[in-house]
Parts: sequence; structure tokens; C-alpha cells
Amino acid sequence: MSDIDHRTPPSSVADIAWNVRNNVTSAADVVEAHLAEIERREGDIHAFNLVLADDARARAGEIDDAVAVGRDPGPLAGVPIALKDNMCTRGIPTTCSSKILDGWKPPYDATVVTKLRDAGAVIVGKTNLDEFAMGSSTENSAFGATRNPHDTTRVPGGSSGGSAAAVAAGFAAAGLGSDTGGSIRQPAALCGVVGVKPTYGAVSRLGLVAFASSLDQIGPFTHDVADAALVLEAISGHDPMDSTSIAQGPLEISRQLDFGVMGLRVGRITDLPEGASPDVVERLEQAFDELRDAGAEIVDVEVPAFGYGLTAYYLIAPAEASSNLARYDGVRFGHRVEAPDTNAMYMATRTDGFGAEVKRRIMLGTYALSAGYYDAYYGRALKVRRRIADDFAAAYARADVLLTPASPTVAFHFGDKTSDPMSMYLCDTYTIPSNLTGDPAMSVPFGTGDDGLPVGIQVLAPALQEATMFRTAAELERRAP
Amino acid sequence: MSDTWSFDGWEMVVGLEVHVELATRTKLFSASPNRFGDEPNTNIDPVTLGLPGALPVLNRQAVELAMRLGLALNCRVQRSTFARKNYFYPDMPKAYQISQYDEPICVDGWLDLPDGMRVGIERAHLEEDTGKSTHVGGSGGRIHGSEHSLIDFNRAGVPLVEIVSRPDIRSPDQARAYVSELRAILVAVGASDAKMEEGSMRVDANVSVRRPGAEFGTRCEIKNLNSVRSVGRAIEYEAQRQIAMLEAGEVIRQETRHWDENDGRTHTLRSKEDADDYRYFQEPDLVVVDPDPEWIERVRAALPVLPAQRRIRLAEATGQTPDAEAVLVVTDRGQDAYVLGVAAAGGDATRALVYVKEAFAELGEHPSVPPTDLAVLTRMELDGELTATQAKQVLAELVAAGGGDARAIAAEKGFEAMDSTELESMVDDAIAAQPDAWAKFCAGEGKAMGALVGAVMKASKGQADGKAVTALLQQRRQEV
Amino acid sequence: MSDRITPEAVAKVAKLARLSLTDDELQQATHQLGDMLDHFADIDALDLAGVEPMTHPTPIANVMREDIEMDCLDRDEVLAAAPAAEDGRFRVPPIIGLED
Repeated sequence: MSDIDHRTPPSSVADIAWNVRNNVTSAADVVEAHLAEIERREGDIHAFNLVLADDARARAGEIDDAVAVGRDPGPLAGVPIALKDNMCTRGIPTTCSSKILDGWKPPYDATVVTKLRDAGAVIVGKTNLDEFAMGSSTENSAFGATRNPHDTTRVPGGSSGGSAAAVAAGFAAAGLGSDTGGSIRQPAALCGVVGVKPTYGAVSRLGLVAFASSLDQIGPFTHDVADAALVLEAISGHDPMDSTSIAQGPLEISRQLDFGVMGLRVGRITDLPEGASPDVVERLEQAFDELRDAGAEIVDVEVPAFGYGLTAYYLIAPAEASSNLARYDGVRFGHRVEAPDTNAMYMATRTDGFGAEVKRRIMLGTYALSAGYYDAYYGRALKVRRRIADDFAAAYARADVLLTPASPTVAFHFGDKTSDPMSMYLCDTYTIPSNLTGDPAMSVPFGTGDDGLPVGIQVLAPALQEATMFRTAAELERRAP
Repeated sequence: MSDTWSFDGWEMVVGLEVHVELATRTKLFSASPNRFGDEPNTNIDPVTLGLPGALPVLNRQAVELAMRLGLALNCRVQRSTFARKNYFYPDMPKAYQISQYDEPICVDGWLDLPDGMRVGIERAHLEEDTGKSTHVGGSGGRIHGSEHSLIDFNRAGVPLVEIVSRPDIRSPDQARAYVSELRAILVAVGASDAKMEEGSMRVDANVSVRRPGAEFGTRCEIKNLNSVRSVGRAIEYEAQRQIAMLEAGEVIRQETRHWDENDGRTHTLRSKEDADDYRYFQEPDLVVVDPDPEWIERVRAALPVLPAQRRIRLAEATGQTPDAEAVLVVTDRGQDAYVLGVAAAGGDATRALVYVKEAFAELGEHPSVPPTDLAVLTRMELDGELTATQAKQVLAELVAAGGGDARAIAAEKGFEAMDSTELESMVDDAIAAQPDAWAKFCAGEGKAMGALVGAVMKASKGQADGKAVTALLQQRRQEV
Repeated sequence: MSDRITPEAVAKVAKLARLSLTDDELQQATHQLGDMLDHFADIDALDLAGVEPMTHPTPIANVMREDIEMDCLDRDEVLAAAPAAEDGRFRVPPIIGLED
């Protein structure tokens, strides 16, 4: 039931940029083609909170003008990008799909937005998400759910469901998402696109509205692995305005993409937590087989603490979130519900402005940090986090990359998991550990599973080993069933 | 000066928490100006306002100033981290304050009071200041009864160091001396302008009472101490209040109290039982601060001579004790180096100290009179060429003119050392003119000397040296 | 139903977080948080003695900026976007129950 349109103007990042830079295609034509696609199907998908048609056209004009006078607009020249609506855009609403930020226009741009612009990209809209990136289905948006382009009765995954769906539907050649526990990789898997969570600190978080600061990382969605490399190269690199940014230049990935996996040690985690459905497990086995055929060595590794990731994550992330989201108090910006005194105003504003899942996580996190419970919950979770990082480091001594499913299942139906928060949290089982360790991981489409829906394989690598991770993903992409 | 305080056998135990604003150009975590007195909400940026997506980046100069004052307080500079202290208040933009919590940058130091008493410093840590609320409507700018409040975030994010003393202080005098000394050190090292009246130095006091040698009692924290004087008054009041309660068989509750300068009392602000649960945790947006030894040594080497050492140096040069009033005053005014300069130019240090204390009150650190000129004057007085009274007049001329030749001024004024034979004949004349007084003086009535000295002074038109006259009179009496 | 967390504890947490809950919401939140805490009890069995807490994914230290002023935000623009402003400042209702 796939309804992905393959149109005549180039649709990949690499092709668009090459054609625009070399004056073969105009950025205006590229943008118009994508806007037309948005016009045609956005009503069914609801990928966007805001489509920036006028801005995109104006920007495309600037790029074409630059090309006309012989100036190179940059490596992403004319590439339409869908931006998750939790990244600040100067003067353009940034809502995090929350009522509490409805109408707020940031007075500054996120570093990734500046970098995209400097690279010649065109932002076509701000995409829907689970409120404040808390969720795995985009059902927690205050502005309504996004639908999976492969089957509009199903979720696109989350929290970056809007960006994943926008790319899958051909609304944009690439999207940016943020990944705190799998929020790029899981929707990428469910929408059949490539999604990358880079090494923590490789991409600046300045201007990314924080969910859990020690876990959040921005990364790309694209149609293919090579495109993801181009976008990640453009947005990565040191930012002196983000204290946790790694002090090195942009990642270098593309050059090694076609090196293959000959001799590469690909780890199979023998004690991987169960829970993946048979169709997904079958694809994972097939992926190992294909890489073996391509010359990789498949090695068994153990990551005993892997399964404790979910607990560590769901204590650490809400704890940080409870503090990060305290600033939404109705004093300086955003939503306010008037009340007779300031404390009552806080209560009224926050109670009205936040959705149920956000409140649940704020309460959980507040509890985990509160007097008498810190040691048992938050403090203990930090130690489990260290244990997980140690286990992965040991595994990476034996393997260059690891493979797991990105999501335990293919895309599920709306409402399947909304009544039981824990069942939704289990969607993140395989993606969470990389956020805890800070290591990179990505989801690459690898055939289909039940109901003909896309399956994503997750490739994990040690910190800053994106080039190796991408080589592996590129090989899987070439050999995808 | 720091006598032990006691009241009916009770002793007070005081620890002070002093917040100082650091003299940086910009804020602790962002590049807005750190400037007092600007138009409201003009020194703001996304970090200051806690806007979504904003990230803090630590100001290197703030770290350096914290190290400077820590080293001046004999602290150890160590690996430190930042934490979030979570609480809601409209002047706290992010609803958390970034502060060093379990790993402060400076620990385990001390401060010596002028009289030699040593007060331990537990820690000195970096944190950010809050904005300022103004309460509109109601009476006197108080929260209660106000119609609404207005918030200015210019001060939000200004770097603070909180200096926490050990509970070593035992009297209001010691507390005052501690605050004064700390202030002098902060100014000397350039860490802060430490103006209590502008709020760039703020003092909270933890006060408890006990029987000497007993366990510490329950303490109360006193806030709103806006001057050195109120520190002393508030502590005195609070200790008396607690003693009265204990003697009446009541129990002290741990609480935060507010000092009211007007009624001279402390009032309950909130009890600790219903205090917020701050949910401290390490700030994920900031990384460890671990100054390398070279940086620490560079800061240490660049420290100026501190007030305590300066007082000792001045005291030794002038034959005083380090807590003598003139030594304290002159050092506090930063004129100690000048006094030593006069001595180095061949002058008399003791006289120079007196001159400077009395004549240069308004002139700040560098009196305009060249030290060599003052040196001449001190020698003239020392050698008996000028009386103390005459020297004072010459000094006034020197100060007014910004220097000059003391000898020439003295000559101009007709101050000439009196010939000793001339003085002797004047004394003899006085004795002859007042035989009654002379007889009484000889009989041992000290008062009678005044009349004789007065006559000589009159005869010499005030030019005689009083001391010399007295000496001569005593000599004559022995000759009888 | 889990006994890991009581409605009283949930109410206290909600108050700390400045969220108000209806009675039904309180019951539901207690139930849901209890379920989660039951699930999270898996780490209780781990021996974590001597394990250093991990607060940051990367061991970066000493990131500092120079003490140089940069442009500030425009006050009028910022106050125009504020829920309430007056006299160059942000306006809030009377501050009661929050005295410091």
C-alpha cells in the first residue's frame, strides 16, 4: 500500500545539490516540486506543524541568484529540509507540539539551522513531534498525530514522527530530528527511511529545546545512507556555545561510504533483551548473513547490562526533563493562565499547558530526584548508566559495530499503546543504550516485515566512529531485500 | 577587639555565608554585561532569560576570580562541578539556579582577624545571581499586600561566589571584624567591589547558642544583613532571643529569619520543615572545571600582598600592634604603602603613620604629597626643630599645596626652634613671676605646672615646645 | 496495584512540579507511576558498589569562554512576546507563598 511518489526532479540530497550547484536544476523547481507534494498529501499525513512555503520560495530564489552569479551556495544547495519543531528558528514559531509554547517565536536560530542555511539548504517546514519529544508514536502532539505514509492507519513512530513521515512522503529530501532515547531511529525504521543519532557532542544542541540534556542529540532523516552522510557532515562540528560539544571539526563520512565491510567485525549481542517480533528478528538474521557474505566477520559479544537501559533511561531522562521543563512558568514567554497569585498562576499555566505524557514524566522525574528517593532512583540509574557504558566498551573491544533491531516491531496502529505508558516505553528498548553511552547509532531500512511494512536495522558504533557505522549501513542498504 | 561574648553563661556560635558579586565584564554563563544600575531588562540574552534551547557557557574570568579569592583565603582549589538547584520563583528564570553543590571550587581555608583570631573557611563556590523583583501596590515595597510584582533580569546570571565560614565566630565583634576583613581581601584581590549598600556583598548569619563546651544548639539563619553594623546588631539580638527562649524552657526551631533594621529584631521567614526540596543534580549542560596546577600557581603568584600581611608590615615599621587603630585605618584606606614610603625616604614611620591617619582621610590610596616631603617634616619634629603643633600646621600646608619644602614653610611661618638659653630664661621668668605656683609645683601639686607652662607658652607666642618646657621645669625643681 | 508509591507522595511531587491533579488524575498517576516503578525495580538486584555515577556521556572538562560582551536581546521585542509586561519589566501576579 506504499504510495511514495518518485517524481522527475531529483529527490535525493546528493542529486539535488549537484544539480543546483551546477545550474542543471533550479532550487526553485526543486522546492516547488516538494511544495506540490506537500499540497497533495499533507492533509492525509499531517507531518508539519507549519509549512514555510513563502520562506522556502524566497530562499530558493536566493540560492538560484547565487548560482547565477557564480557563487556556490554550499553542499546542500537547494535541498528541501523538514525541521523538527523543537529546534529554534528566529522569528518563526517553535512549539515542541505543546500548547505551552504555542505562538512563541524564538529570538535566535539553533546552530543547526544556521549551519543548514550556510550549506544552502531550504527549510520547508517545522514538523510535528510528541510533545517535547516525549513519546514513540507522535500521538502525544498537542496538534494531532502524524500518520505513517506507508499506512495512514498506523503511527510513524516518534518522537520525530513528523520529520520521518515528511521524508518518507517526499515532502522534503531530508529532515532533522532529535533523539533522546530513539526518537530518530525508531520513526526512521517505522517510516522506511534512514535515521541517524550521531555521537553525543558531534552536533550542537544550542537551540534544540531540551528534553534530557545529557541524552539529546540532533541527527538527519534521509532516503538513503549517502544522503544522511551529507547532511550529518553539514550539521556536525564544534560549537563553542555548547559546552558539551566535542572540540573537533565536522564528521568525515562520505569518503569511506563505499569501502565495504571486508574484514569488519560485526557484533551479534547474544544476550540482547527479547521482545522483538519474529518478522523483525528474521530481518536481523538476514542482515548478519548479508554482511558475512560481504566479507565481514560476525562475532558474538555480550552486553549484560543492555536490558537495564530502559530503567536507567526512564529515571534519568524524566529527571533531567523535570528540571528542563520547569522554565515553562508563564513569566517570560509562551502560554500563561492568569490567576490571583504567582504560585496559582504557575499551577494553572503548567496544568493547562502540558499534555498527559509530559506531566507523567515531569512527576516521575521529580520523584526520582526528590529528597529520600534520589539515591534509590536517580543516583542508582547513573551507576547503571556507567555499567552499560562499560559493557559496551568491552563489546567494542571485540567488534567494530553491533547490529540490533531499531524497533521491536513494524509500525503499529493508533491507540495500540496509548493506554499503557509502559508498553510505549518498551518501543525504545534497543535504541536507548546509545543515548546513555553517547555512542552513535543509526537505523537503515532493510526489507519489510508484517503487512509489508518497513523494517529498520540498527547499526551501533563506538563514539566518533560514524564513518565505520555508515560503511556498514551502506552495505546493508546495497543488500537490502 | 574580638572579646568573647557571653551572657549568663551562654555562648553564641556563629557561621557566616557571604555572597559576593564578582567583578567580571559579563555574566557567569552568558555574554550580557554584568553591570549595576542599567535600565531594567537591557542586559539580557537567551541564557539569562532561560529561553528554550539556550545553553550556558562558563566565564573563564569568573573562575579565575573565584580562584583568586579562594587562594587569598588559604583555600585549596579543586576539581569542581555545577549542579541545578530546582525551585520556582519569578526572579529565577529557568526555575533552577546553577550552583556548585557537592564539589565546590575552593575548600578548607581560613581568614585571620586583625587580632590574630582565625576563622575557618569551609568552602567558596560559584553560582549565578537571580533577577530582581519590585512589588507594586501595598505598602513600602513589601510582598504582602502588593497588587503585582515586576521583574528585572539584569542581575540574573551575574557571577557570585558564596563564601561559607566554619562556625568559629563567638561574638558580634568577631562577626563584624570577619566581614570587614573579608571585604578588604575581596577588594585587594580585585574579585569584587564588595559594596554592601549596592548589594554586591550580602551576608547571611547562622546563629545558635550553647553552654560553653556543650554540643551546638539548633541554629537559625538570619537574612537581609545589609551593613557591617547590622551583622553585629542582628547576631546580638538573635543570640539574646534564643537564650531567652531556652531559659524559658522553650525549644528553638530551625528556621530562616529576616533582620528588620527598623525595629532591630529578627522575624520568622519560613521554617525549615516546609522548605523546598531542591532536587539538586549535576548540571548536564556544563562540564567539569578542573584547573591545572600551572593555572592555579599563576593565579597564586599574581596575588597582591593581602591586608593582614600589610598590617603586620606597617605595625612592625611603626612600632605598633597589627590591630592598633591607626594601623587598621591606614591599611584599610590603602595608605600603608605610602607610610612605608615616607620611612624609606628617611622619615620617621611612627609620625608618618599619625600624620597619614589624621591628615589624609579623604585622599584615598595615594596622598599627593611626595613621601620625601613628608619625611623631612617627620624628621624636623623628631629632631625638635618643630613642635607637634607647628608640625601639624606645616602638614596642613603641604596637603593643601600637594607637597613642598617643609623647612621653607616652617621658616615662612616663623617657626624656628627656640634657642635653649632663650627658653631657659623664659622658664626662669615664669617661676619668678608666679612664686605661689612654683611653691605648689615643688610641693608636688601637678596641677600647678599648667600655670607655669601656660606663662611660657604665652611669652613665646606659642612657639615653645610644651614637652621641652615641662622637662625644664622638672629639671629646675630637682635643682632646688 | 503497586504499593511503590502512595497518592500522598504523588500529590507532593505534583505540588513540587507545580501541576494540579484532580482526584481521578491523582489515582491514575499513582497507578501508572507505581507500575513504572515496579518495572524499574529490575535494577534493585544489581550490585553497584564502587560504580562511579555517569552524569555525562563524554568526559569533557574545562570548557570556558572569554569574558567578552556580546549583543543583548532587544528589550521591546522580548517584552512584546511576554505574557505580561509593564514599565520595562515582566509583570507577575502578587508573589505569595513563595517568599524567600
